[in-house]
Amino acid sequence: MNVAVIQFPGSNCDQDCVQAIRQVLNASVRSPQVRLVWHKESSLANVDCVVLPGGFSYGDYLRPGAIARQSPIMQEVVRLAKRGTPVLAICNGFQVATEAGLLPGALMRNRDLQFVCDQVYLRVENVTTRFTMSLRANAKQSRVTAGSPRPVGPRDDKEIPIIRMPIAHADGNYFADTETLQRLEGNGQILFRYCDAHGEATDAANPNGSLRNIAGIINEAGNVLGLMPHPERACDDQIGGHDGRGVFESILI
Amino acid sequence: MKAKIQVTLKNGVLDPQGKAVEHSLASLGFKGVEGVRIGKYIEVDVQAETRAQAEAEVRKMCEQLLANTVIEKYAITIEPS
Repeated sequence: MNVAVIQFPGSNCDQDCVQAIRQVLNASVRSPQVRLVWHKESSLANVDCVVLPGGFSYGDYLRPGAIARQSPIMQEVVRLAKRGTPVLAICNGFQVATEAGLLPGALMRNRDLQFVCDQVYLRVENVTTRFTMSLRANAKQSRVTAGSPRPVGPRDDKEIPIIRMPIAHADGNYFADTETLQRLEGNGQILFRYCDAHGEATDAANPNGSLRNIAGIINEAGNVLGLMPHPERACDDQIGGHDGRGVFESILI
Repeated sequence: MKAKIQVTLKNGVLDPQGKAVEHSLASLGFKGVEGVRIGKYIEVDVQAETRAQAEAEVRKMCEQLLANTVIEKYAITIEPS
């Protein structure tokens, strides 16, 4: 699988993403399988997966992700996304994705107005998607095809995996109107929700005020994932945990 | 021509910055402040033959970049340079 990690001026999680993906693919440092793509490039030929990494593209000027969204490479990213190519949009990448209309809603200034840098617990609400299959707590056979955002089969609360990942953002407050939220819930498009250690999606466990504790969502077609937490920073027990590996393994393996 | 644009949060969208400023005003002793909403003010100098043309151009700018219409609305005023 060929993976392209897009770099905007101000992106700063690009190298971490490349590192995490190389680990999962067991690809060497010199392998062209995983490559950085500068925002001014206009082609993503032979790319099987696109990553929009975290950071402060264009210094968050105007609105986070608003200017990056207009970069030449984004036309290609949108074209591939419409064709069904998996797109993993992390933090600033999630902001770029909502600005580009790849995902519904918007990310606003955190409720408490502070930059939050912390480890959070997340409920994995839907383990049948191509981004979360490897996060299943147990390896039960699922009666749904990969890529479908609609969970088929019984949804047992006991089977919801709880994972841990770092967040670091000032504008992660997810907003969408009520109609959109209801649609996201009904379609199983909410993949990750902030929760406490027991898996309860409480107000106290919500670091930024996101509606319904939403930390990550996918589009209707199931190929674009946007999340505020950083899975690429949760791929190594030496720096806090490896729960993020499951997200990369789901897409890449 | 000079376009003066106000970009503000739509009604119903929570504004924690506005709330924080509201509390600060209360701490300063200003009574009777019933609400504060914070927005952006943008000036764009455009070349155009008519005000209508300028406004149409600037409207497109707002829809495409200057405002995030999921959460923001905008108001445009056109003045001669």
